[in-house]
Amino acid sequence: MADDRRTHRSHVSYIDKSRGYYGAQGYPQAYQWAYHQEVPFAALEKPLAESRIGLVTTSFFERKVAVAGGGTKEPYAARCDDALGGLYNKDLFWDKDNTHTDDLDTYLPINRLREFAARGRIGSLADRFYGVPTDYSHRRTSRRDAPQILEFARQDELDAVVLVPL
Amino acid sequence: MSLVARHLEEAGLPTVVVGSARDIVEECGVSRFVFSDFPLGNPAGKPGDVEMQTTVTGMALDLLERAWQPRTTTQTPFVWDAESNDGWRQHFMKVDDSNRTALASAGDQRRAAQANAKADGAGRG
Repeated sequence: MADDRRTHRSHVSYIDKSRGYYGAQGYPQAYQWAYHQEVPFAALEKPLAESRIGLVTTSFFERKVAVAGGGTKEPYAARCDDALGGLYNKDLFWDKDNTHTDDLDTYLPINRLREFAARGRIGSLADRFYGVPTDYSHRRTSRRDAPQILEFARQDELDAVVLVPL
Repeated sequence: MSLVARHLEEAGLPTVVVGSARDIVEECGVSRFVFSDFPLGNPAGKPGDVEMQTTVTGMALDLLERAWQPRTTTQTPFVWDAESNDGWRQHFMKVDDSNRTALASAGDQRRAAQANAKADGAGRG
């Protein structure tokens, strides 16, 4: 096969893969992924070098055990300094056979953004970062989690947000 | 996570998503997206590779500054495994004749465990 030709797209479709994977486990109903035709867009209102940037992760400080009727995870805000030792994410959906998450900056680039702040590329990285559950329920994400993250962002007077789903 | 990004954008706060699940993020629809064609787990760069992490994070900052319309995706130039880059893609959540029976059995066991937990009232309260 020529290296510059393919019969399928090269990047992984997780929507296709997960449908096949859970279907093979006998779950007849495929997960309904979020889909939107319209996409909102907000422009940066001040120069990046004067902007306070926030970070959002899907990792948590510790394992949270699910209970009947829903998870125990709720959105949170915490000090970036407290995350430098790493966060817990073994319960999340990622490729544990091919990589690891022992290096915080591979999924929550606090140190890299502080370096950009030190160089003047951004105004600052906020003192707090935020965590949001990867919830099966779109409703909980949209009606509970997203407004909470917005409230945190307003409290911290953020100008822009970098979201890094694992 | 993409739903959160959309909510922030609707409230006037610019966002950029840094991720590796391209289809999930783009189907949901976000304003700005930096895509690395990597196994899920290290969307902001490979472990220990500070230079790569700096480039990926820098690309996110570039998008915050320069994107002028929604659904702006940029792809980082990095390759996970230059020798065999299809290996990890094919391995993840693989379903074929080698594991089909095991997957079906695992699903049955999980449903049985969930049914038992429900009958016992375990995990409530």
